[in-house]
Amino acid sequence: MSRDPTPSEGTPAAGPAQVTASQDRDAIYRSGRRLDHAEGASRPLRPAPEKQPRGARIHGDRPIDQAEAAARFIAAPEHEQMHDARLWDLRQKRDREMHVIPEWETLRALASAIKEHTLTHLDEYLEQFETQAQSNGVHVHWARDAAEHNRIVHGILRDHGARSLIKSKSMLTEECGMRHYMASVGIEVIETDLGERIQQLDNEDPSHVVVPAVHKLRTDVAEVFAKTIGTDPDNSDVHYLAESQREATRPLILEADAGMTGCNFAVAETGTVTVCTNEGNADLSANVPKLHIASIGIEKVIPRLEHLALFVRLLSRSALGSPITQYTSHFRGPRAGGEMHFVLVDNGRSARLGMEEFWTSLKCIRCGACMNTCPVYRRSGGLSYGATYSGPIGIIIDPTFNARKYSNLPFASTLNGSCTNVCPVKINIHEQIYAWRRELVKQHEVPFVKKAAMKAAGEVLSRPAVYRAAVATANAALEHLPRFVIYNGLNAWGKHREVPHPPKQTFHSWYQQHRGEKP
Amino acid sequence: MSSRNDILTAIRANRPKVERALPAVPLFDAGAPGSLLAVFKESLTRMGGLFLDPPAAGDHLLPVREKIAAAKVVCSTVPEITGNRGIAEVRTPHDLADVDYAIVRAAFAVAETGSVLLHDVSLKVNAVSYLAQHLIVLLDPADILLNLHHAYRRPEFRERHYAVFHTGPSATADIEGVLIHGAQGVRSLSVLPLARGAASGRQG
Repeated sequence: MSRDPTPSEGTPAAGPAQVTASQDRDAIYRSGRRLDHAEGASRPLRPAPEKQPRGARIHGDRPIDQAEAAARFIAAPEHEQMHDARLWDLRQKRDREMHVIPEWETLRALASAIKEHTLTHLDEYLEQFETQAQSNGVHVHWARDAAEHNRIVHGILRDHGARSLIKSKSMLTEECGMRHYMASVGIEVIETDLGERIQQLDNEDPSHVVVPAVHKLRTDVAEVFAKTIGTDPDNSDVHYLAESQREATRPLILEADAGMTGCNFAVAETGTVTVCTNEGNADLSANVPKLHIASIGIEKVIPRLEHLALFVRLLSRSALGSPITQYTSHFRGPRAGGEMHFVLVDNGRSARLGMEEFWTSLKCIRCGACMNTCPVYRRSGGLSYGATYSGPIGIIIDPTFNARKYSNLPFASTLNGSCTNVCPVKINIHEQIYAWRRELVKQHEVPFVKKAAMKAAGEVLSRPAVYRAAVATANAALEHLPRFVIYNGLNAWGKHREVPHPPKQTFHSWYQQHRGEKP
Repeated sequence: MSSRNDILTAIRANRPKVERALPAVPLFDAGAPGSLLAVFKESLTRMGGLFLDPPAAGDHLLPVREKIAAAKVVCSTVPEITGNRGIAEVRTPHDLADVDYAIVRAAFAVAETGSVLLHDVSLKVNAVSYLAQHLIVLLDPADILLNLHHAYRRPEFRERHYAVFHTGPSATADIEGVLIHGAQGVRSLSVLPLARGAASGRQG
C-alpha cells in the first residue's frame, strides 16, 4: 500500500475540501486496498434500492384484500411508476400495430365469432382434436381438475424415470399449482422463460400472464439472482442479468429428463398444439429432451388452420405490440425416437360454460391487453389480486374458482370499459365485472358498505331522471362539502387520489341549453 | 377413460343454447405490395433479424462465408455450405451444445411478419436452430408469401410433425422492458435471399 504524502494525512479532516482520496472511507472501501475488519460505513455506500412490495396476503379461503395490497404497491413509488409506464407503453405499442392493419376490427369480430362457435360445439372439436392427435402418434390424457392434471403429469414422468422437467410458461400449470406438487414428489421443475424463472427463484407467482416479472425493478432481479444463481448483488445491468440467467439455465436444459409446454391454440382438424414465445424456450423444452408434455386448457381448441392465422395475427399485436412472437411453434407429432403427450384440462371450464353471463370469458387468448390498459391493474400490480389470473380478465375468471376468496376482486375496477375495447376476442369484460358484483351480492359474499352503495347506485342508475338529479346534486355538493365528508373511510375513491373537480354544469343540462331546443 | 367422459358429458350439459355459425375467413390480400421481398426485409429488420444483401456479382454466399469465417463450430443442414459439424452424425441434441453457427433453409417466408418457416425434415435435428449461438437462414425469394392467411394454407402444417415460424432471434424484455437478444435461443438470426439450387456445385 503506497503512502500518501499529503500533509493532512493522519489528521482529522477539518472539512470536505481537505479530504484526500486516501482518507475517503468510501474510496478506500471500493478500491479494496484496506482490510475493513467488517466495520460499518458511517453512511450507505449507495442509496438502498426501494424494496419490492409483496402481493396480497393470503389467509386460506378468507376474501383477498386487494385494496390493502394495492396500497402497499402505490406506497413504493419507483415500482408503481415503472409498472404503470411499462404497461402503458405496451398498450400504446398495441395501438400503433392496430392502426396499420385496416382489417383489425374485422379480425376481432371473426376471432370472437370463431371462439363462440367453437365453445358452443366444444365437445365435438375436442373429440376431433383427440382423434387427430392420436393418429399422429400423440398420447392424449384428460384431467377433470388441477389435482388430476398433476397426477397425470407425474405419472408420465415416473414411467420415464424422469427426475427433472424443463418447461416454458403456462398459466394453466400455474392454475394447477404444478410446481408445488412436483416438489412434493421430488421432481425438479425448471422454468425457462426469463420472467417466469425470476418469479420461480423468488418463490413468487407471476404477476402478469405475458410478462410475469413486470412488477420487479432490475434491482429486485439483481437481489434474487445474487441469492440464487450467484450474480454480483451490486450489478443490476439488465444485459448482465439476462446473460447470467442464460448461462445458468442452459446446462439444466441440456441435462433435463423431460420437457413441458403450454398451448396457445389447439387445432382440431390437424391435432396441432401451437405455442407462441419470444425466447425460444418452449422450443428448447420440447426439442431437447426426448419426452414432451403439453398441458392444454380445453377452451384452447379452434377448428381449423385457417382460423389459426387470425389468432396469431391478433395475439402478439394485442399483447406486446409486435406483429408476431419471435417463435410460433406447431407441434403435431413426436420426434423420431421421442414421445409426445397432450393433457386436456377442464378444471372448472365446463362448469363456466354453463354460466349464462360468464361463459364468453372462455374466449380469452391470454394476451394481457386488458391488464395493460387497466388503470387499477397498472397502479396496483398483478400480485395484489392474490390469484392466478389478475387484472380485468382475472377478476371475471377468479370468482368461478372460489366466489368467497375472490369476492373483492370484481370491485377492483372503475368499469371504464377500456378492457372490453382492447380485447382481441371481444369479451364484454367490464359488463361481466358488473355482473359479478351483482352475483356476489346475491350470494352474500359482499360486505355491507359495498352492498348498500351498490343498491343505491342500482336504483339511481335504473331511473334516468333520478340519475340526472343525483349527478347535479352531487356535483353541487362536491363543490361545497368539507373535505372530511368527501375523503372518509367509506369513499374508496378518495383514498390516494383527489376527487375530480365537479363540472360547472352537467352534460345533460348543457345539451338542453345549447341543443335541446333546436329541431 | 372416465375423466374423458365426465368432461365431455359436462360440456354437453352446459353448452350455451345459442346458434353460432362458423364464419369463413378471407385471405385479406387485396392491395398486395409490388415487392414481397422488400416488405419481408423491412418486417424482418423490425423484429431484430438481419437481412444479408447478396453481392451483385460473384459468390452469392459471400455474406455467409464472412459471418462464419471466425466461428469454431459450424453446423450446416444445407448443401450450399459445408460446416465442420455434420448434422447427419448428430446422435442427440447435446451434440449441438457448442455450435456457434447453424445454417438452415426456410420452407417459405411471410412478408407481413418477417417470419421464416423451418420444419423437422429440413432441420433434421430440431434443436439445432435453438442451441446454436447464431442462425443463418437461406430463403428463396420466390418462397415469400404475403401474409399469415396464405401461410396457413401451406402443406407443411398438415405434413410435418414440427413446423415453426422464426421471426428474428430469441428475445426477451422481461426485465423493465429492456430488449435483449439471445434470451435462451439464438443471439442473432440472419436471412440470405438465395434461390434453391442457385449455388449448387460450389464448394463451401
